[in-house]
Amino acid sequence: MRWMWIDKFTDFKSGSHATSVKNVTLAEEHLHDHYPGFPVMPGSLIIEGMAQTGGILLGATNDFKHVVILGKIPKMTFHSWVVPGDTLTYHAKLVDERPEGGLTEVSAKVGDRLVADGEIFFAHVDQSVNGPSGAMIDQKNFVFSMRLMGVMNVGKAGDGSAPAAESAGSGTS
Amino acid sequence: MLSDAEIFEKVQLVLVDALGVDDDEVTLGATLEGDLGAESIDFLDIFFRLEKAFTVKISRSEFLPDALFSPDSGFIKDGLVTPEGIAELKKAAPHFDADKLAKNPKIETIKDLTTVQTLVNFVRNKL
Repeated sequence: MRWMWIDKFTDFKSGSHATSVKNVTLAEEHLHDHYPGFPVMPGSLIIEGMAQTGGILLGATNDFKHVVILGKIPKMTFHSWVVPGDTLTYHAKLVDERPEGGLTEVSAKVGDRLVADGEIFFAHVDQSVNGPSGAMIDQKNFVFSMRLMGVMNVGKAGDGSAPAAESAGSGTS
Repeated sequence: MLSDAEIFEKVQLVLVDALGVDDDEVTLGATLEGDLGAESIDFLDIFFRLEKAFTVKISRSEFLPDALFSPDSGFIKDGLVTPEGIAELKKAAPHFDADKLAKNPKIETIKDLTTVQTLVNFVRNKL
């Protein structure tokens, strides 16, 4: 299984913000154990979804020239839970972006109901920033360059038509 | 021009946000790593937030020049920072309390040098 915890982007403005959705289904095996008889989407995976939304946003801002990794989560609050059948909407806003990394404000909602909100801080780990040791990281291991950039194709009018170039990043890989 | 107390208030807020500590833990004498639990990634986050809070540009090397205490800097001998190293710290990064290092020049002291006061000094010198 590919470690993808978002299904598609519904809005993507490189350098500014991104919105993605994740449909939660009972076919996801971990829900049978988390918890038996009471399936709820693990908070850690909700964070992963928000991090993928924010991380791809940051990556696209630099045309994926940097390897983006989750550095830390300075703040995260969970307000409610998510069950199979729910559609999670993740929103990430790029607050700050520098050669060393970036800071995003993120939220997760089901409809209008707030599930979680907080901040996620990303670091750029690659040769151009951190010296030769960064070069050991194979970009192919990262979700940002796994030829899955199709998830970034935002149908502007809801008809699946190709996004305008300026709003969807370059989609390289 | 901000007073030291005003700078401290903003630095305190930055550290509360970046490290998830309570504001009463953030005293001038608190060490960032030892007392407040900061790790290397946190410093990146803290510098980001200081830049925003004070509208200044900060580079890591400006805070602590990379070469200063590296093993091949020539400023470390038998696990101790040499007097030349301490003089260089005073010159290149005056926001640090070099006298504290002079009293106990073991390299382990270096990580205790970064206190909340150091950040306040650093910001004051930048403004």
